[in-house]
Amino acid sequence: MQTTLLTIVLLPLMGALIAGLFGKQIGERGAHGVTIIGVGVACLLSFQLMWGMIEGDIPNVNLTIYQWGTMGGLSLEVGFLLDSLSALMLCVVTFVSLMVHIYTIGYMKGDPGYQRFFSYISLFTFAMLMLVLANNFLQLFFGWEAVGLVSYLLIGFWFKKDSAVFANLKAFLVNRVGDFGFLIGIAGVLYYFGSLDYQTVFAQATVVAAEGATLSLGFGEWSAITFICICLFIGAMGKSAQVPLHVWLPDSMEGPTPISALIHAATMVTAGVFMVSRMSPLFELSTTALSFVLIIGAITAFFMGLLGIVQNDIKRVVAYSTLSQLGYMVAALGASAYAASMFHLMTHAFFKALLFLAAGSVIVGMHHVQDIRKMGNIRKYMPITWITALIGTLALVGMPFFSGFYSKDAIIEAVGHASLVGSDFAYYCLLFGVFFTALYSFRMFFLVFHTKERMNADTRQHLQESPRVIWIPLVLLAIPSVMIAWWTAEPLLFGNFFNDAIRVQPEHNTLAMVSRQFVDVWSFALHGFQTLPFWLMMAGLFTALLVYVIKPSLSESIANQFAPLKRLLDNHYYFDAFNQKVIVPITMMAGKGLSKFGDEKLIDGLAVNGSAKLVNAVGQISRKFQSGYLYHYALMMLIGLLAASIWFFWPQLNV
Amino acid sequence: MELTFQQLVFYGFSTLLLLSALMVILSRNSVKAVMFLVLCFVATSGLWMLLQAEFLAVALVLVYVGAVMVLFLFVVMMLDIDIAARRHGFTKLLPLALLVAIAFLFILHWLVGDNHFGLEQMEAPSDHDASYSNIRELGKMLYTDYFYPFELAAVILLVAMVAAISLTFRGKRSRKSQDIDKQVRVTKADRLRVIKMESSSSSQQTDSKSDEESNENKDKEQDK
Amino acid sequence: MIGLSDYLFVAAILFAISVAGIIINRKNVITLLMCIELMLLSVNINFIAFSRYLDDLQGQIFVFFILTVAAAEAAIGLAILVALFRNRSTIDVEELNQLKG
Repeated sequence: MQTTLLTIVLLPLMGALIAGLFGKQIGERGAHGVTIIGVGVACLLSFQLMWGMIEGDIPNVNLTIYQWGTMGGLSLEVGFLLDSLSALMLCVVTFVSLMVHIYTIGYMKGDPGYQRFFSYISLFTFAMLMLVLANNFLQLFFGWEAVGLVSYLLIGFWFKKDSAVFANLKAFLVNRVGDFGFLIGIAGVLYYFGSLDYQTVFAQATVVAAEGATLSLGFGEWSAITFICICLFIGAMGKSAQVPLHVWLPDSMEGPTPISALIHAATMVTAGVFMVSRMSPLFELSTTALSFVLIIGAITAFFMGLLGIVQNDIKRVVAYSTLSQLGYMVAALGASAYAASMFHLMTHAFFKALLFLAAGSVIVGMHHVQDIRKMGNIRKYMPITWITALIGTLALVGMPFFSGFYSKDAIIEAVGHASLVGSDFAYYCLLFGVFFTALYSFRMFFLVFHTKERMNADTRQHLQESPRVIWIPLVLLAIPSVMIAWWTAEPLLFGNFFNDAIRVQPEHNTLAMVSRQFVDVWSFALHGFQTLPFWLMMAGLFTALLVYVIKPSLSESIANQFAPLKRLLDNHYYFDAFNQKVIVPITMMAGKGLSKFGDEKLIDGLAVNGSAKLVNAVGQISRKFQSGYLYHYALMMLIGLLAASIWFFWPQLNV
Repeated sequence: MELTFQQLVFYGFSTLLLLSALMVILSRNSVKAVMFLVLCFVATSGLWMLLQAEFLAVALVLVYVGAVMVLFLFVVMMLDIDIAARRHGFTKLLPLALLVAIAFLFILHWLVGDNHFGLEQMEAPSDHDASYSNIRELGKMLYTDYFYPFELAAVILLVAMVAAISLTFRGKRSRKSQDIDKQVRVTKADRLRVIKMESSSSSQQTDSKSDEESNENKDKEQDK
Repeated sequence: MIGLSDYLFVAAILFAISVAGIIINRKNVITLLMCIELMLLSVNINFIAFSRYLDDLQGQIFVFFILTVAAAEAAIGLAILVALFRNRSTIDVEELNQLKG
């Protein structure tokens, strides 16, 4: 078992090292060969593990591989925790990663950084697997930061582009904010539980909560668990791009499309969702934290979906849709429907990767034109891309029988049953989010694949279906996008698949309430046709059809009528402007102040030069004593003796 | 107030001591200063007698006056010292000296004055009877409890003697010591010389050859 | 009767005189050495006076050792003086300024 897990984790690392360090020697074929073999074997082993776990052959495993060091009573270890949660993530990560590896062969063809790119995505796979398999907070943090690093490297992959450099810096800085909270959360865990090991911490969670440890933050008393959970969730907000730390994700589309699919849609951004699910024994103990999670998720789901409508860059539409879907997942976490959240994470990984890769395929066909206003009727030229994109879109909007339907419907139902503060608000956000999801998804779909051709003649001449390495992953991803839920919905959502990995308090168990109406996946889907979300989705579909296909002039007039709203959306709710105009100047001012006063005056002036000056001044004075004349020394000795005796005998003298 | 004999002796010797001490630091002539120092020691020895420390009083006169002060005198006379210059800068330094001295005196007066160590606080001890021997008691202590320090004192004196001699010794110092550099630098040629011996059956030719070699060796040695 | 404080005060005056002697003598190292001898003498007087008034012979033992050390010190001090005079042809205190680095 240890060998298997080590193989899964280390093969991608080996691939990354070989492709990265010996890229020149092994050439392009060698680079993609070695990384794909590494990830492929890891993928196969992951599915074997998954199968074993479903069959019950493989028990949960929690083993320590290596002790890194000890500090006091704290042991820093590298270890693997294999349970249903991590097994599911293993499969998702390695499968999507494999697809993206294959796809990249076609997408990055001829790029000067070909080997480097394969090295990065393989390294990313390694980091993500470390994160997923961690059995302690330290390793989780390692994986967390490592995926952040690779994300940074990949967003800035085309580092000669100024916008890419700006975007990767932005992603890095925004994630720092989140990671700071995450680190404080881990520190809190260490402080209150005295351990970084998952099992120890989770075992003590109820005890610590029952003790009612509180801490004062200057604005009221906080329960320790709430504080820890919210800090950990701030980390998740950074990585999973929740409002207000979402600003980096749309900009991250500056990177090559394959990594947008792999990192910024399917895997890394779901790390936050995975982490909160993993921490479910902690989050369950704090309704405040759950409420916070729920509201943030709902806000993200609704308002980011709204932004998708006004985007014209094909990748940005998908990016905002990712934000919105992440909001759904986070909201599900808040409603204690961790299983639903993980389920949506899985289905979303497939259909969102599919959508991104399809978008990438279109971009390749259009010779790197990304503006959907310059596309149209691409279905004629790229039939396979068209059909897979259609499947992805249907899965995304939640058409019954598609995988996205099951997960999204379960989430909405679960949030509807939640009884936390703000759960009503969240419910309506998610509900109307469905309408807008359908609207922006079909808007993009229609504008790209239907309507009249708006591209220039030169592009049109070269427009043709992408090569096989590109469309094969599309097909392979389309299959699970449709069908994966048929077999997995029941065990994951309502069965006991996650029983030992996720802990839910009985009074929060919203999924159990949903499951009372559940018979089987077919009737679930059929019932879906009668529910509100379905009709909202259809409304979105027809609105898109009406506004963008049947009567395109309508969109202009609507935009004019709601000009202020349009402006708000065009500026992304002024988040970026706020950051640039307020946060950045304040930070810069603080930094300048610190560097001018703290560094130059205090540290350089006072501490470094000051101490030197002091020593010099003392030396200037004391060198006068060192005249070399014997009688000076004798005199000093006598005066010293006098002073010492006065000081020493002063109490007696006063008698 | 009528003086007792003891008080007479005390004040007499004390006055003598302090006056001669003043003369030690004030007299122009170093020889005179040493002589006044001798007088100081003699007066002190008188005080010690009064305190019934007979052995030390005698030792002070014998050892100090007899040996150490003579040493001082030797040195003073041996060195060629400019007597006139001895008082140079005297007036300039006198106020400072007086200030420090009076400050010390003030503090010490407070510390050791009547209020702490007067007769009320400390009774004068009774005299020892005639059979008491100070030197016997001192000897007992020295050779029992203080034997180890006593030996150490002897060693200190020995060391002082050696140090004084080695500091002032002028003659050529001959030591047998290693020169490690030389030892390291030595080569085979310095230590070993292979000489072709003339065997009884050797021919004339080899003989001449060995002569040449020995000549070469000689040349080498001369080079060095 | 003569009190302990009388002896101690004589010793204190002797000490103050030798302190003044150290300060005012700028020309002759020998005088300095002599002043130091005087200081030691004043200390010895204290020891012996206390020894007498406390009726404890240990004070005299101390004086014994102080005398030994003082003798050794005088011998070495004078030896240094002679060596110094040989090297510099003077024992003027004001010219002995070699102690600085």
